[in-house]
Amino acid sequence: MFCTLDELVARIPDGASVALPPDYSGCAMAAVRGLMARRARGLHLIGVPQMGFQGDMLIGAGCVDTVETAAVTLGEFGLAPRFSAAVRGGDVRVLDATCPALHAALQAAEKGIPFMPLRGIVGSDLLAARPDWKVVDNPFGADDPLVLLPAIQPDVALFHARVADREGNVWVGVRRELMLAAHAARDTFVTVERIQDARLLDDEAMAAGTLPALYVSGIAEVPEGAWPVGLAGCYEADRAALREYAEQAATDEGFVEWMRHHVTEVAAA
Amino acid sequence: MSDVRVEELLIAAIAARLQGLRHVAVGASSPIPGAAALLARALSGGRLRVSILGSRTHTCFTDGGRELFDCAAQGRMDAFFLGGAQIDGHANINLTAIGGYPRSRVRFPGAFGSSYLYFLVPNVFLFTLAHTPRVLVPKVDFITSPGVSAPNVYRPGGPRALFTNRCVFAFDRELGRFALDSVHPGESAASVRENTGFAYREPDTVPVTPTPGARELALVRGPVADAVAEVYPDFAARVFSSADAA
Repeated sequence: MFCTLDELVARIPDGASVALPPDYSGCAMAAVRGLMARRARGLHLIGVPQMGFQGDMLIGAGCVDTVETAAVTLGEFGLAPRFSAAVRGGDVRVLDATCPALHAALQAAEKGIPFMPLRGIVGSDLLAARPDWKVVDNPFGADDPLVLLPAIQPDVALFHARVADREGNVWVGVRRELMLAAHAARDTFVTVERIQDARLLDDEAMAAGTLPALYVSGIAEVPEGAWPVGLAGCYEADRAALREYAEQAATDEGFVEWMRHHVTEVAAA
Repeated sequence: MSDVRVEELLIAAIAARLQGLRHVAVGASSPIPGAAALLARALSGGRLRVSILGSRTHTCFTDGGRELFDCAAQGRMDAFFLGGAQIDGHANINLTAIGGYPRSRVRFPGAFGSSYLYFLVPNVFLFTLAHTPRVLVPKVDFITSPGVSAPNVYRPGGPRALFTNRCVFAFDRELGRFALDSVHPGESAASVRENTGFAYREPDTVPVTPTPGARELALVRGPVADAVAEVYPDFAARVFSSADAA
């Protein structure tokens, strides 16, 4: 259960499908840099339901084969430059989705059922580009087309949280999409700010936001593990560092330089 | 008008369309709609509930990312805002890509929740600050979310209006097309026509979008600006810090 950051990263195999949360949730940025330093390859990223800096970074580092998401965005810092470049070059396969479709498909996996129906989407080019999504007539109605989404069971859910206890229970608080991702995934790997002695489930207030160890395969204690995107309630985003990334990643050379400074040299040190 | 920025004009114009609603939600990267929703709440005496995604103060959701969408599907959300890298005359929006798909010359972030919320939220307001023929096109390259649907498609929601830096268009759902509703000060029916790539209906006389009153401006530059700064710090610094000097 408890391991070092390097051991945790090593347990995410090349070719794995990896569920990742948006920048405002809990992002295991140190682990993502670990995947980049290890030169992970062939990953299938799954946005829960969209992804930000970590998605762009992994794509830029050549770790990603497929990205299945409602968006890849740097938010206020603009378009995701490495994602855009990879799409332009045909270097990454994109399975475009919409936020509730990803939530619903993960919920199907959570429930152990093969698919989930969803409203909307009909008539969009999103649907046209997804032969794996089917439109059926509502069996309880008449002439009522509904989209069916196959369940998504990620190989891995990877995120960062504030605290875990010695049993491996993890507190995610209000960020319940992290719970959804963990329930749906085969393995969940979490980095945390700290590991505490007090059992999370013994405190009623904390238990409500706690992911039980039942779902957790590995935990590494990584203080400031969400830098630079920040962790709600713990520390703010490092806006200067995010802006630096957005600017440098705008060009191939700039991204290589950013990688050298923030990933390769750090890993070698 | 000289001391009112177009952002402030839009904030007030959008807020006017939100009066009387119960719950308005605003997505990521939407500072002007966000500010408009907060202004509408202030003008409603706090009766309007506002959910701003990405804000810690202005969201009520406690059940993860899915809750907003489930809540919309139940009819608990009255209004939402969507943008578009391209928007066409049938209110189709493109948030995905231009110049081919899946290998695209220009790639945008993606659909987010649009391909769902556009169907389910009764009042969807489209918004762009790039009113040019390149954005307002005859036909979008990629329909991320369609403006209208076949009669058998479950669709309680859809577009109501399009707010731009030049004008306001109203959307007629029966006809499936836009009509020019008002032009902002400094613009005209002709300047809008020149900068719009799609066909739309134009009344004989086109009203001017009302300039916000003193009360609206004071709210926008005071408490609304402060609240917006929490979610969109760069926007607040750019628009509101220089508003007095503009």
